[in-house]
Amino acid sequence: MVWASQDKCAIVGVGATDYYVRGKSWPRTINDMAGEAILKACDDAGISIKDVDGIAYYSGAGAGYYDKFDSALLMETLGMRQISFSASLTSGGGGSAGAIGLATAGLLNEDCKYAVTVMALQQLPQSRLGVIFGARPPDAESSFLQPSGLMGPGHLISVLARRHMHLYGTTTDAFAEIVMASRANAGNRPKAIRKAPLTKEEYEASPMLADPLRRLDFCLETDGAVAVITTTADRAKDCRQRPAFVHACAHGGQREWGRAFGWMGMEDPHFASSGHKFTADRIWAQSGLAAKDMDVALLYDHFSPMVLMQLEDYGFCEKGEGGDYVLSGKIRYDAATGGNAGGGVPVNTHGGQLSEAYIIGMTHVLEGVEQVRGNAINQVRDAEFALVSGGPAALPVSSLILRRG
Amino acid sequence: MTAAISYGPARVLPGDGIRISTNPDTEPFWQAAKERRLTACQCGDCGRFRMPPSPYCPHCLSKAKEWPVLPGTGSVFSFAICSKNPVTGADYVYVPVVVDIDGAPGARLIGNLTGCDAEDVRIGMKVEVEWTAIQDGWLLPNFCAA
Repeated sequence: MVWASQDKCAIVGVGATDYYVRGKSWPRTINDMAGEAILKACDDAGISIKDVDGIAYYSGAGAGYYDKFDSALLMETLGMRQISFSASLTSGGGGSAGAIGLATAGLLNEDCKYAVTVMALQQLPQSRLGVIFGARPPDAESSFLQPSGLMGPGHLISVLARRHMHLYGTTTDAFAEIVMASRANAGNRPKAIRKAPLTKEEYEASPMLADPLRRLDFCLETDGAVAVITTTADRAKDCRQRPAFVHACAHGGQREWGRAFGWMGMEDPHFASSGHKFTADRIWAQSGLAAKDMDVALLYDHFSPMVLMQLEDYGFCEKGEGGDYVLSGKIRYDAATGGNAGGGVPVNTHGGQLSEAYIIGMTHVLEGVEQVRGNAINQVRDAEFALVSGGPAALPVSSLILRRG
Repeated sequence: MTAAISYGPARVLPGDGIRISTNPDTEPFWQAAKERRLTACQCGDCGRFRMPPSPYCPHCLSKAKEWPVLPGTGSVFSFAICSKNPVTGADYVYVPVVVDIDGAPGARLIGNLTGCDAEDVRIGMKVEVEWTAIQDGWLLPNFCAA
């Protein structure tokens, strides 16, 4: 069944700050960076900040991990006139792609005319994610997890990766390939934090932080901000850029995944998965498309094994075959042909969170827009459909297809 | 695959750095633990298990709970190998294990495994509960290779 809201809204503006190694954005403030991204996105769209009357956040309006965005403060800071939509998806980075769907809900309900989605992240020493997880006094639920010393998200994901290796024979060679493919795409990107080509030997020399995961399997810790403007298809015609239509979008998930690695109660095959099958199935049903129809896949890569498990959950390959899929070169971007030379689909052409920058999923949305506009740095030839994912984490996770306008 | 790393003996994290908190739904689990009895939350109506304990059975929505005494054994469902004390940052080899609890299908516990070298831990291996004193007089269920 085709989604009733298909192509009725579009992302028309994108903006981003420079990306900084964790903590190096100081003395900028988080609202300084958020403001820069928002104003750049407005300029890109050809609208004024005074036209923006909707805000669709995710991560519970989180600005990084410690701070929260406050719509009233953003209005006061940026001189916005009024807002008629201000909402957020719950949970964390799993909502990054889904926040665009939230924007369409506000737009199509005629609550607002131009909705901004923004994430800014500043990891000063007191607000570093791994540290926050561990420093938090355990509540009644986390008292069943935290005493084990599974403190940070990398610890938790390593347990899922281990189960995948046990069930399907997946090797760390596959994780290495995901990291190396990401790095290869970041080499020519001016803003990328890790640009130097990565060899297998260098990967294997990376310290084992949570066996089977090495430091290089973990995403970057960076500061910066990214914002996008979404509006209705009618208004998009008057904007400066070619629209990136919201072709399908879903957030949520099923109870079998639930709190995921904060719970560890998932049965096979959900345990060794990305928890994305539910939203993947929804966007395929909404669009009538399948993984093979995507020209590029921007998959949330906080940890390399979760790229592999998303490839399975979205159906780029069968469950359990993610290792063979990536090792056959099918996620690589080939600049000569502007695609994948081996019948696969290029993944994270921007270098992703592993190599470019980690702004909790928003760089994937940004890259999806640039790909379907046709002005990406590592442009996939004639890209019509871009898949963008948010998560994997505790529900909701989310999925988005952008279509060339 | 790279050659396996030799970690040496898997240790339990020091109990003096560990705190828990309880609520009325989880308190009976921890009170039993204090008496070195391993239990899990079982629905008083349909008999299915759930962990952590919660107010409703997600299967039948009953609020009735049972706390049966379990054998105190289980098997490793998955695990990680960590090499830094998360509190101090010092070198410290510990193995967080997710354990399927015998006698309580569907219930898992997460603890540290001892009794073998870290590199010898395997999914499916049998484990027995052992109790670690932590802050505020509580006992924490950890596991020893059976």
